[in-house]
Amino acid sequence: MTSSEPVLQVRNIIKTYGGVRALDGVSLSLVSGEVHCLAGENGSGKSTLIKIISGVERPDSGEIVIDGESHPHTTPSSAIRAGIQVIYQDFSLFPNLTAAENIAMLSELADRRKISSRKRIRAAAEAIVTDLGLRIDLDADVADLSVADRQLIAICRALVGEARVLIMDEPTTALTHSEVQRLFTIVRRLQERGVAVVFVSHKLDEVLAISQHVTVVRNGAVVESGAAVDFTARSIAKAMTGREVSEERLVDDLAPDQNPLLVVEGLGREGAFSDASFSLASGEILGITGLLGSGRSEIAEALFGVAPADTGTVVINGREARIRSIADAVKAGIGYVPEDRLTQGLFLEKSIADNMVASSLDKYRSRALVLDRRRIARSMADLFARLRIKAPNVQAPVRSLSGGNAQRVVIAKWLDRKPSVLMLNGPTVGVDIGSKEEIFAILREQAAEGMGIIVISDDIPELVTSCHRVLIVRAGRIVAEIARDEIDVDTIQMRMTA
Amino acid sequence: MKILRRLRGANNEGVLLAVIIVVIVLMAFASPAFFTPGTFFSLARSSLVPLVFALGVLLVMISGGIDVSFPAIAIFAAYTTVEWSSEASFDPTIVGIFAIAIVIGALWGLLNGVVIARFRLPTLIVTLGTQGIIKGILLTYIGSTYISAAKLPDSVAQTGDAHLLDVPGAGYLHGMLVPVVMIVVVIWWMLKYTTFGRSIFAIGGDAEAARRVGIKVVRTQVILYVLVGALAAFGGVIFVILGKNANPQTLVGTELDIIAAVVLGGASIFGGRGSVFGTVLGVVLVQLINNNLVLVGVPSTWQRAAVGILLIVGVSIQALAAMRSRRQPVLVEEEVSKA
Repeated sequence: MTSSEPVLQVRNIIKTYGGVRALDGVSLSLVSGEVHCLAGENGSGKSTLIKIISGVERPDSGEIVIDGESHPHTTPSSAIRAGIQVIYQDFSLFPNLTAAENIAMLSELADRRKISSRKRIRAAAEAIVTDLGLRIDLDADVADLSVADRQLIAICRALVGEARVLIMDEPTTALTHSEVQRLFTIVRRLQERGVAVVFVSHKLDEVLAISQHVTVVRNGAVVESGAAVDFTARSIAKAMTGREVSEERLVDDLAPDQNPLLVVEGLGREGAFSDASFSLASGEILGITGLLGSGRSEIAEALFGVAPADTGTVVINGREARIRSIADAVKAGIGYVPEDRLTQGLFLEKSIADNMVASSLDKYRSRALVLDRRRIARSMADLFARLRIKAPNVQAPVRSLSGGNAQRVVIAKWLDRKPSVLMLNGPTVGVDIGSKEEIFAILREQAAEGMGIIVISDDIPELVTSCHRVLIVRAGRIVAEIARDEIDVDTIQMRMTA
Repeated sequence: MKILRRLRGANNEGVLLAVIIVVIVLMAFASPAFFTPGTFFSLARSSLVPLVFALGVLLVMISGGIDVSFPAIAIFAAYTTVEWSSEASFDPTIVGIFAIAIVIGALWGLLNGVVIARFRLPTLIVTLGTQGIIKGILLTYIGSTYISAAKLPDSVAQTGDAHLLDVPGAGYLHGMLVPVVMIVVVIWWMLKYTTFGRSIFAIGGDAEAARRVGIKVVRTQVILYVLVGALAAFGGVIFVILGKNANPQTLVGTELDIIAAVVLGGASIFGGRGSVFGTVLGVVLVQLINNNLVLVGVPSTWQRAAVGILLIVGVSIQALAAMRSRRQPVLVEEEVSKA
């Protein structure tokens, strides 16, 4: 069903927000039956472009051509009627409505229905769910469903109307490896039906696996566009960041006679994981990976006392630590950057400085119980510079920062406390390549100064570049330890799923 | 377990119904005068106006807002209509009175809706403002004098005596129950079975997501506030009919009781949740307490406190239920700063 005539074209789109040019003459052309990847770092203009195509934002100038007909702009409903569907990064679902209603609402509105029928809604939702071979509890409120289920609901909703153009904004962020594979199967099926798919992603290996055409945007302009076969992960990364990015190992092997900083023996928690034994040397970066639900996060949460272990011993700096609560873990010198940093790790409305100092206020208290402002200012300035946080100053609210910079603020908080072991769970989720590298550079620096670092992640390339050793968790057990030359993407992936 | 959940209802309506039954049983034990038809007739009568207002508050609350201007709109529309009719010595019949008042109420609702939807302003502040404006205009330009039963248009005065059911010696069931029940059914149907009703839920759930799926958020909100203005006016006319007088100084100040009843009825002040059934129960519970605490020997000065306690207990039950149903994430940050 592939035809060379583009279904949708945007030409010379310009969009300015308060003096900042978000899009500077972007053009894009989508062909039916083709997966078109839109790659770019955070803030490069990808999301703005999507919002303009879907009619949520209006461009300052330029045109949108649908089926050969030119429009100065679209509206959400006209875009939907033209068959343009978007799966937003935040899913844009209604938490208070059932899954079925979320799925069917869009088509109900597009058909301009006045009377809403539960039966019809239920049937429409069921049809698309069965069609895609999914299992979702259609009668549950979306607020009660898992992130992966919400993702699927967002996909179903986009497909319940006859979508001709499907735009997916970072659809894999919340998914595990096998869920991504399932998503790809769906995408390929849509492609066969002649849908033009736009796939927005940070993860370059995914991009190359699924798309036929790649367009890279940087600073609001298209820097490269062409057939996917002409790109490699490295060339896309280079186009996105404007500089060379490598996937080579950036850590030197540690001398074997290091005294272990942390020794974990037979750690386990009923129903979560069992018999986890490993050690961490001072200056070492240890990766822990596994599929979602494998127990990888639970091990970290047990070490940090979020959900304490019920068996096993933990020895830090040669002393046994009994970790029953977070307070115990902090006292023993363990730091933890949680997975969901936006809700668990930061006070979004407060300034960068307030956030960085929040967990170590005691340190800055003078004898009169008053905070020593000058000392705080000095260490803030130091951390701010050391972590290269991109913000006008330390007083900017954290909400105004991009994902990468927000993550640095969380890390800064912990560095200020100087823990002997720092654990990070998914430190680069939602962070663009440039920031990702810088975050790992910071971690390597900290390791070189003697900190022990544990990184829990399913972004395997980043583990490959920066970890001395990688532990693989499957079904609640550490099934493999990979070190030195063995550390490469294929080996890890194979051991994770095998 | 499933049956239990069904009985509890999506918005704890079952719990509320149980509370009402317990209150009725307790009161029946405490006072022999309670369990008579008269008590229930007066309960029905005193619930009529609050119920109409509560429906308006419910609609706004589901859409994610809070309206405090409805009592001002209600008395403005009702008083203006009655005043004009008695000045002009023209009686447009009771249907005409309702129609004129509803148009006036809808126009004030339009003002609310346009300001709120177009400029995306906080609903509480906007309606607080319009409440003042409406009351000011009413007292300055329309009139500030009390209109007694004798001066009311004949149709209004007669409707005030319309009885649906007479029980000699025990009282009567007022005729206005019929239109109010009809309105309750219409709003229930609208919320459940029309795309407009579902859009209100959607906007309350996530306004930006609503815009993205193609709901015309501004238009829906404007229509919503027009409807709420009309409902307020409808309630205002019933208020005048039942009271057999029109006093421009009344109603404003009663908004918190109504909002309390709606929240008790399970509507979420954050939007997206609420039901007509729950609202009816909430209004009935508040009126039950207000009307009958005296009967069981509680001083009337305690009524406000009783409603306040009910409100906090009601909201707490909801919050606890919500907490239990969702696994609360551990707030790592809090724990760390405690360490």
